[in-house]
Amino acid sequence: MISFRIDGHSVVPPYLQIVQQVRQALRMGVLDVGDQLPTVREVVSATAINPNTVLKAYRDLEREGLIEARAGHGTFVRRLPPGPPPGTHARLGRGLAQWVREARDAGLDDESIESLLRVTLRAAAEEEIA
Amino acid sequence: MIPMHEVPGNAVPGPAAIETTELTKRYGKVTALSNCTVSVPEGRICALIGPNGAGKTTLLRLLAGLSRPTAGQVTVNGTTPRQDPAFLADIGYLAQEIPLYRRLSAEDHVRAGAHLNPRWDAESVRERLTALKIPLDRAVGKLSGGQRAQVALALILAKRPRLLLLDEPVAALDPLARRNFLGLLADGVAAGGLTVVLSSHLVADLERVCDHLIMLASSRVQLCGDIEDLLAEHQLLIGPSKDTTAIERSQRVVQVTRTPRQTTLLVRLNGPVADPAFQASDVSLEELVLAYMGQQSMGQDALPALTHLSTVGEEK
Repeated sequence: MISFRIDGHSVVPPYLQIVQQVRQALRMGVLDVGDQLPTVREVVSATAINPNTVLKAYRDLEREGLIEARAGHGTFVRRLPPGPPPGTHARLGRGLAQWVREARDAGLDDESIESLLRVTLRAAAEEEIA
Repeated sequence: MIPMHEVPGNAVPGPAAIETTELTKRYGKVTALSNCTVSVPEGRICALIGPNGAGKTTLLRLLAGLSRPTAGQVTVNGTTPRQDPAFLADIGYLAQEIPLYRRLSAEDHVRAGAHLNPRWDAESVRERLTALKIPLDRAVGKLSGGQRAQVALALILAKRPRLLLLDEPVAALDPLARRNFLGLLADGVAAGGLTVVLSSHLVADLERVCDHLIMLASSRVQLCGDIEDLLAEHQLLIGPSKDTTAIERSQRVVQVTRTPRQTTLLVRLNGPVADPAFQASDVSLEELVLAYMGQQSMGQDALPALTHLSTVGEEK
């Protein structure tokens, strides 16, 4: 079971934050097919958001085919979003964590790391086009 | 009663839990509420916002049947509010000064409630308070302010009301107690069959938990509708300091801020903004509320009530 974190100051509306967090959990392998999502009552008790917000998020995810509501039982993961197999993100994340440690040891701060990442991403994109 | 999953934020509203028409309340020469026309569909959590003395408590008391209107109509759960057991059984009203017997424990209140209310869910109070680690056997006078508010809310939910009217229940609570209180409230609504009207000054809290808004200022309704629709219908226009009469002719300007270089307009949209010199951006609930409040403090005449905004939203 996962729990949601709703940032009231985010420009992303709360329902979309839930949608993104579920997708993220599916990609990271935190949630798998057949796993249950928290009920609307569990979510609103913990986060104090409007019940309709949670319903809207779950409806969007259901329309995408990622989850399904089973009457009287709850809401369950139906399939994973398209993309690399689960665990890929976690594996790459571990490699990246190692790289970040090296960058820190070399004296880069977070801002330099982020800009290096952006520059590298842009260069890679240009290489693909060329 | 329509099941909750069929009452999304911006679809056709379900039956109204609250409907008022030109509702007016005068105390002697003082007009506390003037021509108030609002509607709240069932299953919503409605924020009641306005400066002190705007008429919030007056409206809540009229809805609860605690006072009678000088003029106009009010319908709650399909009937006229009055002091009779059949009407009051469906209403939960929590006044500002959380009314509990300080020497009695929560458990004493639970047992007393069973004698006074036709549908009394004693077990729900015990479950909710146990989950919040609030002792059931301690005198409520010895609990913290936040815990007392939780006890009062749990008790009022045990009544299984169809409409809950809360007058600034979270004002005195610390952030954690507030979060727990609003979580308990949202859980009550998620359980089904409950509509809530909640007055507060804490816009950030309301933005999370509420999906409907009534805004009062100077005894009049400034805004009423689904928050999502209201936000979609307003925009902030930022542009050079120049003549804005063209914009003012096509859009309804709520607030203007001018500096020698820049003009900022908060408008209620009547259509797309044609002027490319102005950049449009979305407004937050706080900006919207402050703009409408600011309009009042500038001493302008009250705007006509912006009711039934959800109908505009449906045309999208």
